[in-house]
Amino acid sequence: MSRIGSALLPEVALAVTLLIAPFLLPHIGGSFDLLQRVLDWGLLGLGFDLLFGATGLLSFGQAAFYGTGGFVAGYLLVNNFLASVWLALLIGTLVAGLFGLVVGWLAVRRIGIYFAMITLAFGQMSYFLENSPLSAYTGGENGLPGVPVPAIGAVRITPGLPMYWLLAAIFFVGFVIARRILHSPFGMVLRAIKENTYRVAVVGHSVPAYKLAVFVIAALYAGLAGGLLGVFQSYMPPDAFSLDTSGQLVVQTVIGGVGTLIGPTVGAAIWLWLRDNLQLVPGIGALWKLILGLIFVALVVALKRGIAGEIRYLFSSRRQRAAAVGVPEEFGAAALSPGSLVQLPMMAPLAFARPGAPALRAIEVAKHYGGLRAVDGVSFDVRTGSIHAVIGPNGAGKTTLFRTLKDEVSPTSGEVLLFGRRITGLGPTRTAQLGIGKSNQLNQLFLQLTVRENLRIAALARRRGRFRADLLRASGSLPAVERQVEAVIGTIGLAPRADVPAHVLPYGEKRRLEIGIALATGPNVLLLDEPLAGMSPAERIATRALIRQIAEGNDQSRTLLIVEHDMDAVFELAERITVLYEGRLLADGTPDEIQRDKAVQDAYLGGLHEHEPA
Amino acid sequence: MPSAPLLISQAFNGLALGTLLALVSSGLTIILGTLGVLNFAHGALFMLGAYAIFVAATKTGSFIGGVLVGTVFMLLIGVALERGLVRWFYGRPPEDQILVTFGAGIVLVEAVRAVFGGDSQHVSTPAWGGGVAQIGFLIYPLYRLELIGIIAALLLLFYIVLYRTSIGLVVRAGIEDARMVGILGINVRRTFLLVFAIGAAAAGVSGMLYAPIVSVDPDMGAEFLVQSFVVIVIGGLGSYPGAIVGGIIAGEIVSITSAFNSAYSDVMLYAVMALLLVLRPQGLFGSEGRV
Repeated sequence: MSRIGSALLPEVALAVTLLIAPFLLPHIGGSFDLLQRVLDWGLLGLGFDLLFGATGLLSFGQAAFYGTGGFVAGYLLVNNFLASVWLALLIGTLVAGLFGLVVGWLAVRRIGIYFAMITLAFGQMSYFLENSPLSAYTGGENGLPGVPVPAIGAVRITPGLPMYWLLAAIFFVGFVIARRILHSPFGMVLRAIKENTYRVAVVGHSVPAYKLAVFVIAALYAGLAGGLLGVFQSYMPPDAFSLDTSGQLVVQTVIGGVGTLIGPTVGAAIWLWLRDNLQLVPGIGALWKLILGLIFVALVVALKRGIAGEIRYLFSSRRQRAAAVGVPEEFGAAALSPGSLVQLPMMAPLAFARPGAPALRAIEVAKHYGGLRAVDGVSFDVRTGSIHAVIGPNGAGKTTLFRTLKDEVSPTSGEVLLFGRRITGLGPTRTAQLGIGKSNQLNQLFLQLTVRENLRIAALARRRGRFRADLLRASGSLPAVERQVEAVIGTIGLAPRADVPAHVLPYGEKRRLEIGIALATGPNVLLLDEPLAGMSPAERIATRALIRQIAEGNDQSRTLLIVEHDMDAVFELAERITVLYEGRLLADGTPDEIQRDKAVQDAYLGGLHEHEPA
Repeated sequence: MPSAPLLISQAFNGLALGTLLALVSSGLTIILGTLGVLNFAHGALFMLGAYAIFVAATKTGSFIGGVLVGTVFMLLIGVALERGLVRWFYGRPPEDQILVTFGAGIVLVEAVRAVFGGDSQHVSTPAWGGGVAQIGFLIYPLYRLELIGIIAALLLLFYIVLYRTSIGLVVRAGIEDARMVGILGINVRRTFLLVFAIGAAAAGVSGMLYAPIVSVDPDMGAEFLVQSFVVIVIGGLGSYPGAIVGGIIAGEIVSITSAFNSAYSDVMLYAVMALLLVLRPQGLFGSEGRV
């Protein structure tokens, strides 16, 4: 199958299903009413799946937006404020989106159980608002009867088949848009947030902005679905706002398949089909929801992917197995090609940079945790274009110092200047945008994403800025980003692994990917926290060459700051060394000066050489 | 402005609802604090308690006997849930924990519906709780008054277990740092089991005591689940004193607001929760670091 053909397979399959469903389903216990409900739930589910399936935000309050969209549209129509059903649907959708903006602004700052509880509480608040204080407008417990059907020109879209076609068309468009969003750079960032929120933030994406945006998108889908609910059944029910609505959506999504977009629709079809058909069977009629509940629990317990998820897994795992064939288990050093003349990514010189200013300057930086002074008043300069190492025994405060340099944690006192500009207090996202990249002592990868995607997320950050809603662009379609990604993949020696998920990589390759992510942002200052940790001797040699290559590329304008315990590597690579001891600066000088320094020998080097035959 | 007697009467109602919410939420909060699991099945356990008293009181012919039998039943349900389901989720992301307890709640509700049907059942007020009490100008149903006393006694008992026994010390230490407690050689697994069972029983006993006041039906727990979320957000996640103070605050918000305009009573509750989440997300008694 051609590339384009297989890329559009889901759309084609959906279109065919939607076309034949009304002729097939009535024979197996499905009415038009059921089909319309399935599509309406499915539309609600598209937004929810972007929120939960893609981004990992479990909301128990989607009913708030579903109900808002429905009641705003219904109110405008039933009271004849608007003649056009289309316009009423549009306004209802937008109001739901606006409500989503408010709730989302409060909710996305929290994660996990807090997020679930906040959304749940707002869902309930909306329910009670509809029921009592606003009942003069919403009909309270009675809802709004008599919602009119839309018309195209003079043709009214009557209940039955015409109404089905309308819902099918809207659902199809909604699906295509949702899938485009999922595969856009924006969607790429969403998926990365689900995998590793922290790393997304520190490579330079504004995580709260992306979460809020997807929350609003989900609210818009919910609002439209709510409006259509009133339209196709000529009645807007108050249950749209109920906790059961939000809960049913969650159950349908898990049964159908989280993160598949079509999953919620499949789940809705099963839920509604069982409800309509099992209820007629004597003896087990009342049990249909119990059965669904048991299936739901079983799926969650066994970590199963749901129906659509299993189908997709069968296809994709075959593809992945094919991709992995022929790749040797461990590339190790052989794949690295030091000295190759690839132009590594680095963003243009920074506009704010003051000529002659050091790349990084720490001024009296201190970080105290209660009574513990992890870093205690450290000052030093890192010259632009140099390789600078920070060494010190375990617990000297190296990693904490590194975190303050990128402002992952703000220092208790003191400040950090980047090319002369104060960056303390800006946070890790902004410092990444300003040009500081950092690889961590412990790998922070996007394990379920491929090597190329891992690097792409990093490369997108400075190219697109902290936030951009490029919802409909394909994620691999930014040439500058792709060039950046390919250059890094080649440099870190993972080209044959480009399309393999990161979690299958052996440890040494994961370490190189960790460095690669930091490099792919195109940093002007690259901080490497123990880049050689846990590597085999052969890998260490190769990685040392890699670091040298990174430093020498781009006309040696990139600045590298390294924390490392491997003294051979430090003294081979570094032009200048800063020694920390118990949170304080012990010495700062050239490798020769450090080697001769009596205090360093006493406190650190001597001790180390006695105990470690490194 | 509502009259003074109405306000006082509503304040009593608020106290009755508030202490009940405190008892329900204390179960939720110790499970959350110790196990780190937000138990979405808590409302279903409340409902199950109401059905337990419905069956047990009929069978034993005594309300107190029914509560005792029912409490044992709820402890067993708690043990079964923890051993059979929840314990597999301690290491999984919070979203999975929420999903599985939410699912367990659905199963419990639907199982009760399958056995007893969807119609509401009636549990009669015990003989010692019939009639009304007259306090000055205020005439108040006796059982509700007694309920405040009974629940206060239960909360005190709970407090003594948590703060004055060695088991309680382990539980409170587990709330701070479960792994460290395990490293010290204490059987955390057994503590977790115990906490979950007690938490489930707290929800169940609340349901039993509340059953004579309301109609008992399979869906009665949902409202209490959500309200107890509000309570623990007000009081601070995982804080036992927070659950008690938060419960009474929540009960008073609902009752006092309805003295002014009953349409706004529930809305006000969630508005306060939303406000608190913005201004003080750790709640009244929570510590900053746990948010």
